[in-house]
Amino acid sequence: MEKFTALIAGLLFGAGVTISGMVNPMKVLNFMDLAGIWDPSLIFVMGAGLMVTLLGYRLVFRRTAPLFARSFLVPASDVLDAKLLGGAVLFGLGWGLSGFCPGPAVASLVFGYPQSFMFVIAMAIGMTLTRMAYRRMMPV
Amino acid sequence: MTITDFTPYSALVGGALIGLSAVVLMLGNGRIAGASGIFAGLLTLEFNAEFAWRLIFFIGMLLGAAMSGIFFFSASSISFHGGPALIIPAGLIVGVGTVLGSGCTSGHGICGLSRFSLRSLAATCTFMAVAIVTVFITRHIMGV
Repeated sequence: MEKFTALIAGLLFGAGVTISGMVNPMKVLNFMDLAGIWDPSLIFVMGAGLMVTLLGYRLVFRRTAPLFARSFLVPASDVLDAKLLGGAVLFGLGWGLSGFCPGPAVASLVFGYPQSFMFVIAMAIGMTLTRMAYRRMMPV
Repeated sequence: MTITDFTPYSALVGGALIGLSAVVLMLGNGRIAGASGIFAGLLTLEFNAEFAWRLIFFIGMLLGAAMSGIFFFSASSISFHGGPALIIPAGLIVGVGTVLGSGCTSGHGICGLSRFSLRSLAATCTFMAVAIVTVFITRHIMGV
């Protein structure tokens, strides 16, 4: 059942980033362009996404465990460190340059634009290199 | 630069679906629906139970995008800013940044904020601010 849940969640996610227009990098860049040709649509995407998740999580976390797994797996840390904030700075820079964040970029692959493939392959390389470097510096 | 239309209704519907995805995955499997974490998890090629659900989520994402692309979205409306010389470094930086920062728009911005995580709040404010400043600098100062 956990596989069926993952499939439904994936379908909803892919449909959501597509219908909302987040798979269109120009739309995302125009949202960030407050001083230019501003397109406020993404406020509505974030707003609706947050409302549904806030309400949904409130109900879900009344349970002691999820339906098909032993426990909720959520990060508990509250530490703001350089790794978190430095990572967020880099992500914001790449997002602002391209208009792509990971979910919409991956979903946009189905529309067949070569730019989507370039972005996702480069992102995969960046993720893998970072993980390898981090493992070397901090052996478990 | 291309002007894009303000589309509040499809934005609301799409946003609600992303939220629903996060709720379904938490209710069923107790997992955060974060795109970068799920994708990066696939790249480890460690074929365990975590790998299986992530792969299925990934396939679901592609199917969901393709199906909604038939009825509710015109793929021809997609346009990009800049060529490979911009897209490839941007992809690399996003890959590095989301692994270091442990999440992206979905994991921090939707799931993290919804469970009142301080780390996700700090990360979301940071990447949104940096993205807005980046667009201001590239479009209005450098003029690209």
